[in-house]
Amino acid sequence: MERRFVYMDYNATTPLRPEVKAEMIEDLELYANASSLHEAGRKARSRIERSRAAVAALIGAKDPERVVFTSGGSESNNTVFATMFHLGRKGGRKGIVTTKIEHPCVLNAAKWLADEGFPVTFLDVDEYGVVDMDQLRRAVGPETLLVSVMAANNEIGTVQDIRAIAAIAKAAGAYMHTDATQSVGKIPVSVDDWGVDYMTMSCHKLYGPKGIGGLYVREGRPLEPLIRGGHQEHGFRAGTYNNQGIMGFGLAAELAKAELDDYVERIGGLRRRLRDGILAAVPKCRVNGHPERVLPNTLNVSFPGAEGEAILLSLDLEGIRVSTGSACASGSLDPSHVLMATGVGPELAHGSIRFSLGRDSTEEDVDYVVSRIGPIIARLRSMSTVSY
Amino acid sequence: MDSERNDEDGGYSGPILYYTDAVIDHFTNPRNVGEMADDEADGYACIGDPGCGDEMKLWIAVRDERIERIAFKSYGCPGAISTSSMLTVLAEGRTLDEALAITDDDVVGALGGIPENKQHCSLLGVKALRAAVASARR
Ligand SMILES: Cc1ncc(COP(=O)(O)O)c(C=O)c1O
Repeated sequence: MERRFVYMDYNATTPLRPEVKAEMIEDLELYANASSLHEAGRKARSRIERSRAAVAALIGAKDPERVVFTSGGSESNNTVFATMFHLGRKGGRKGIVTTKIEHPCVLNAAKWLADEGFPVTFLDVDEYGVVDMDQLRRAVGPETLLVSVMAANNEIGTVQDIRAIAAIAKAAGAYMHTDATQSVGKIPVSVDDWGVDYMTMSCHKLYGPKGIGGLYVREGRPLEPLIRGGHQEHGFRAGTYNNQGIMGFGLAAELAKAELDDYVERIGGLRRRLRDGILAAVPKCRVNGHPERVLPNTLNVSFPGAEGEAILLSLDLEGIRVSTGSACASGSLDPSHVLMATGVGPELAHGSIRFSLGRDSTEEDVDYVVSRIGPIIARLRSMSTVSY
Repeated sequence: MDSERNDEDGGYSGPILYYTDAVIDHFTNPRNVGEMADDEADGYACIGDPGCGDEMKLWIAVRDERIERIAFKSYGCPGAISTSSMLTVLAEGRTLDEALAITDDDVVGALGGIPENKQHCSLLGVKALRAAVASARR
C-alpha cells in the first residue's frame, strides 16, 4: 500500500471538527465578557448556557446547571479531590477508594490526600483491567468519603461497571466520582443511570478544543472551588468565561450525541478489523484490555521481543501516529502502570502499543497499519536479545 | 519526524527534542547486527534487563589486540539501538586500549546528540564494550 498519514492516537487528543472550528472562529468576534450586563454580554452568556445544555444532554443530566465548566479533565478531577480534602479535614469520613489504573491526575491527587493523612486504597484490577468488586466491597465502609473509579481506561479501553460500583458507594454513604474523560462521546454515558455524584469530562477528546472541560455535580453534593474569585459558575470556578472553548464544547457535545450510535458501530467495526489484522500479521502478540467491555476505539497490543518506543518510531517513520506504554518513551524506567496493574509483566508492558481510532479513521487506514506492523515487528525481533 | 534543528525552530537552543538524522539512520539501518558463535568470539557481554526496557548483547573477535569484528543484538528503544550501532562503528578496528577509552559522550556526539530524557538509554553500549574487552582479556 502507498505511504499515507494515519492518525491513531485519538485517546491522546482529537482534531478539532471543522464545524466546531468554524463556530469558534465566528464566536471570536463576540468578545464581550459573558458576565457583563449589557446586551453583548448577555448574548455571550446565553450562548454559554446553550452549550451547557448541550453538554448536559450528552451525559443525561436533566438540569444543565449541574455542569460546571473547567479547563479540562485534570482540573475537574482535582476539584473533586480538593473538595474531599476540605470535607475530610473538618472531621468525619476520610477514606478514599480509587484504583491502580486511574489517569495520573487522579492518582496524584489521591496520593496528595494520602500525604495529608487520608486513608487511600488503590484497588487492584484483574488481567483485563476490570476492578476487583470483592475488594471494592471490602474497602468501602462507613469511613469512606469518596469512591473514584474511571469509567473507561485511556490506555487499554476497559469499561467499568460504574452503575454497580456507584451502588456500593451509595450503600455505604460515600460519594461516587467517575472520570469519564475517555467515555463521553464514545459510549452511552448517563449520570442518572450510573448514579454518580460527580463526573469528569474533557472536550479535547471529543473533537473540540483543548483547555476546556466539565464537571458534573449532582444536586446537593458539596463542591469546593479550586479557583476562587468571581461569581462565575455560581462561585464554583472563578475566572472570566472561556467563551470560545465553551462554544466549541457545546457544539462538539451536540454532534457527539447525534452521532454516538453510528460511532459505536462504525469505529467498533474498524477496531475489530484492526485487531484481527494485527493478530494475523504478527505471530505471538497479545491484545490487552477486556475482550468485550472495551471502548469501541481503543486497541492495546503487546508485541513480545520488541520495545514500544522502537515500534512507535518505526510506525511514525511510516506516517502512523500511535502511543506506547513503554517507559522509555516517557524517560522513566517504569512501564505503564495500567498494564502492570493487569499483570502483564514489565517486559510485555515495555513492548505495548495503543492504537486509538476516531471519527476520521477509515478501513484504508486500518489496512495500511496492518500492512506495516508485520515487517516492523519482524525487523525489531530479528535484532532483539529477547526470545518470545 | 523532525530531526536536525532548523530555522523553523526560531533559533531555539534548548534541549534536543527530536532524533537526529544519524540516530534515525542507525535505528533503521543498524550496523553490525548479529551474533557470533562461541568459537568465533573472544569477548562477550550481556548488559541491561528487558524488564527495565533494554538489553544488549555484544560480541568481539580480537586479533593482535585489535577488535577485528564486532556484533551486537539489542532489545531496546531507538536510543539504545542507535547508540549500540554507533558504538560498534567506533570500536571496530580499534585496539582494546583504544576501545576502553570510548565514552558515552563519544557515542552521543557521533550521532549528533540525543534527547536529554533518552541519555540513559545510551549508556548500555559503552558498558557492554568494556565488559566484552574485559572478558576477552581474561
Ligand atoms: C482518563 C483521563 N482523565 C483525565 C485526562 C486529562 O484531561 P485533560 O487533558 O483535559 O486535563 C485524560 C487525558 O489525557 C484522560 O485520558
